[in-house]
Parts: sequence; C-alpha cells; structure tokens
Amino acid sequence: MTRTSPRPFSVRRLPGFTAIAITCFVLLYAPIVTIVIYSFNAGDSVALWRGFSTKWYTVAAGNQIVQEATLRSLVIALWASGISTVLATMAALGTTRARNYRGRTLIYMLINQPLMVPEIVTAVALLIFFSSIKIATGYSGLGYLILAHSAFCIPFAYLPIRARMEGMDLALESAAADLYATPWQTFRRITLPLMAPGIAAGAMLAFVVSLDDVIITEFVKSAGQDTLPTYMLGQLRRAVTPEVNAISTALLALTVLLLTVFFILSGRNTARS
Amino acid sequence: MASAKPAATAHRSDSGVMERRAERERTRRNWLLSAPALALLVIGASGPLIIVLVYSFMTPGDFSGVEWTPTFDAWVQIFFTRDIFDDTLGLADAHLSIFWRSVRLSLLTTAITIVFGLPTAWFIATRPGRARTFWLFLITIPFWTNLLVRTFAILEMIRNEGLLNTWLIKLGVIASPLQIMYTDTAVLIGMAYVYLPLMVLPLYAAIERFDFRLVEAGYDLYANRLQVLRRVILPIVKPGIVAGSILVFVPSLGAYVTPRVLGGGKNMMIGNFIELQFGQGRNWPLGASLSIFLLLIVMVALLYYVRASTRGSSHD
Repeated sequence: MTRTSPRPFSVRRLPGFTAIAITCFVLLYAPIVTIVIYSFNAGDSVALWRGFSTKWYTVAAGNQIVQEATLRSLVIALWASGISTVLATMAALGTTRARNYRGRTLIYMLINQPLMVPEIVTAVALLIFFSSIKIATGYSGLGYLILAHSAFCIPFAYLPIRARMEGMDLALESAAADLYATPWQTFRRITLPLMAPGIAAGAMLAFVVSLDDVIITEFVKSAGQDTLPTYMLGQLRRAVTPEVNAISTALLALTVLLLTVFFILSGRNTARS
Repeated sequence: MASAKPAATAHRSDSGVMERRAERERTRRNWLLSAPALALLVIGASGPLIIVLVYSFMTPGDFSGVEWTPTFDAWVQIFFTRDIFDDTLGLADAHLSIFWRSVRLSLLTTAITIVFGLPTAWFIATRPGRARTFWLFLITIPFWTNLLVRTFAILEMIRNEGLLNTWLIKLGVIASPLQIMYTDTAVLIGMAYVYLPLMVLPLYAAIERFDFRLVEAGYDLYANRLQVLRRVILPIVKPGIVAGSILVFVPSLGAYVTPRVLGGGKNMMIGNFIELQFGQGRNWPLGASLSIFLLLIVMVALLYYVRASTRGSSHD
C-alpha cells in the first residue's frame, strides 16, 4: 500500500527543481545586470560604486573609433539581413509546400550548414579564400564582410520563414486562383502578406546574428575594419575600462528591443494560423 | 485488383506523362528559387572548406600562406612532433593537452548545463500559459545577447578586482582575491554560462509536449516515484537532453572567444590553437588540418545525434 494519497507528490513541482531554476535565473542575470548598473558608475572601477553618472556613455559616444565601428556594424548588419532575408524567402518558397523532390534534402543540408560547422572553421576557410582574392583583385572593402555575414545569416532568416509557411492555409491560394488571379497576383496579394510576419522575424534574427558576430568578422576583416564586437574584443585584451560596460549595455538594449518585437511578431504568427 | 491493372494503366499513360512533366517543371522552379541562396552559401560558407582541405596537404610558406608542395606533414603534426636533432617522431604533448582540455571542458560544460538546465526547463514548462511565455522570454534574452557581452559580464564577476572577489573580501570570507581568471575553471564557468540557454531551450521543447496526465495515469496504475521517473518522465526528457547536449557540446568544442578572454594565452582550446597557426604560428597547413580535424569530430557527434534521434522516434 504505497498509495497513501491520490497523488504522492506533484510532478509539476519536483522537489528542488524550482529552487535550482530560480538560482539558475539569478545566476544568468546577475552578471548582465551588474554590467548595466556599473555602466552608470561615475568612477572607473567595476567593483567600487562612486555614484550615478552617464559619463561613460558620453566617453564611448565621443570616441571616434567606436562611432566608426558602430556605423560599420550597422551597415554590415543591414546589408546582410537584407540579402539573406530575400534569398531565404525565395528558398523557403522553393522548399516548403512542395511534395518531396529530388535534392530537397541536399538543399536543407546546404542551408543549415553554417549552423553545423564550428564558426572557427568557417572563419579560417574564409580567411584563406578571401586573402587570395584580396591579393588577386586588390579590393579590400566591406564587400567580404557583407558576403560572409549574408551567407551565415541565411539559416537564421530561413527557419522562421519556413515555420510560418508550414502553418499557412493553402486553400486561400487556390481560392485566389479560382477567382482568376494570375500567379503573380496570387503571390503579391495572398502569399506574400501571409508570409510577412515570418519574413520580418527572419530579418530580425539575421540582423541580430550579424550584429553579434565576432569570430568570422575577426578573421575576414581587413586592417581598420573593426566592427563593434571586434573592437570590444581588442579592448578586452588590454585593460578593461567602463567604456566597454557602456557599449555592452547599449548592445544589450538593442538586442532586447529587437527580441521584444520578434516575440510580438511570432506571437501573432501563432495566433493567426 | 491485379487483373484490372493493365487496362487502367493504358488509359492513364497520357495523363501520367503530363503529370510527370508538370512535376519536373515544379521541381525545376523549386530549384531555381533556392539557387541564389545556395550559390551564396557555396561561395561564403561551404566552398571555402574545400580550400581548407587542400591547404592541409601543403607545405607552410616562409612568411604566411602555403607553398604548393604536397605533403602529409600537417596531418602528422596534429599528433606528433619531429625531433630537431635526430628527426624521430614523438607524441606532441602540447597538442594532446590542448585537445584533452577541449574535450574535457566541453564534456564538463555539457554536464553542468544539464544539471542546471533540466530543472529550469521543467520549471518553465510547468508554468501556466502567460507566465510560461514570460519565463521563456527571460531565457531567450541571454541566448540572443552578444556572446562577447556575456563573456565580458563573467569576466567582470570573476577577475581579481571583480565583484565576486571584492564581496568575498568585504565579507571577510577570504583575505586575498581568488585567482579564477586565466584558469580552466574560468573557461568552464564562462562556457557553462554562455551555453546554458542552448540546453534549456530543447529541453523545454521536449518537456512542453509532455502530457502530465500520463504521470497521474502511472500513479493510478500503482507505479511508485522511481518507476514513474524511469518509465514515464525519462523517455520524454531524453530526446531533449540529447539535442541539448549536441547544441552545447559542438560550440564548446570549437569555442574561441570564451577561452581567449577568460583563459588567456595559456589555457588554449582547439579554436585558439587553430587561430595561432594563422597568426604567430605561421603554419597555415597545420591550422587547416586542425580545422578539418575539428570538423570531423563535430560531424561524428552530429551523426551520433541523428542516429540517436531516429532510433528514439522508431521506438514510439
């Protein structure tokens, strides 16, 4: 007679699990919150609080190298998310809603390849590849970084778009065709608007991923082409100043903002379908 | 059935040809739609890997790059060093210790993230509706936050003048700061911190689908706690653990930023060792062979995952 009550213990509250989970959240957020708080520190130490000040934001914003790196990061991220989203949308149109055709698995594998290969390996491969092109052509502009970023952003743009399309109602498209819409009209008026939240979500993820990239950028960039993350990496090698705190907090704020929009969009995604 | 077939096929053959032609047309269109994305991926991600493979069989150039003399040296150098005096091969201890550190720290990272991640995922999955979205959002923010920012956050906590040491000294627990930075422990803390969300998310996905009434059914059928855990809960959680372990282990093994920032120059992992060959080491072929070597280990891990997950689904 082990059964003394209808439910000996609740699986919803396994003993100790809640405690560990809460600890986990505290440990996850403590370092991040610390950085945010101390970015407003008037003193130049991380451990000693010397009063509230936005001094380090002014310092960071006034630093010409930081300005240039920020602008470069944004330009690359905009190009990369734009290119990768357009190509990923086309690829999603070509891979979903079709009966399995020859080579589709190969297409999936190629699209997801950047997610499976360690970033350092891709970085090394691009370093070798681009350095010989740089010598051959003499061009050493931002093109290489935009190309590399666009490539590894494709799976991040593709996945939300594909997820969106798989939940789409095919009947609407056939209804449009029945009402004598041309394929192009059907696409413009029915398919594309239905895909839109997925496309927006994909573009957002691609933007964040491009903005965050360190390793590939570090290997591919030419001299004087620091992005915000590679600039920070260089700073961490030297003495750490609270300026990095301020930059980190700004990046964090941008990420949270984009993520909130993403969550709202994907929430609408599921609500509609 | 069989006797009716010949007549039917004769009748259908025309429409069959048409159908097949339309099918081929659709396939062609689908390929064309995917082509630009694939072209970009081949140029910017997959294709250059072939160049790395080629370079791994070349002789290092004097300054950087390679000379086009084919050799297996770079592959031999992964494990062995040639004695400068008598030209005999010996095990490359320095290399082996780097590989061992990479594997050990990656396995430990995976274990730590399971210990912390499983209860967390369980906690999130068992919250009611809106609260669940909120907790999930809280896990997603660190996941998408810049890796460098998160590593930097850990750096600020554990360095000698960092918050942890300052507080411990203030509280009188220790007299002088603990040297955590530039040790394997620092790298381990950093990686566990950085990759934890990668464990929680697939675990959550596995647990969320779980119908908790099954557990109640288990109790109704007189199962005890252990039996319920083993027979009902574990099979549900297992695919999540396998997926999470792959998601954590693979990037840990190839980690570059975290060991560089927290481990310093001494506590290198494979990623840093590869970079060294393209920088000060000036041995591009060795860097290339190490990259392919790392890629192969990752592929083995992924194949194991694919096999484990298909075996899991055939059980159901």
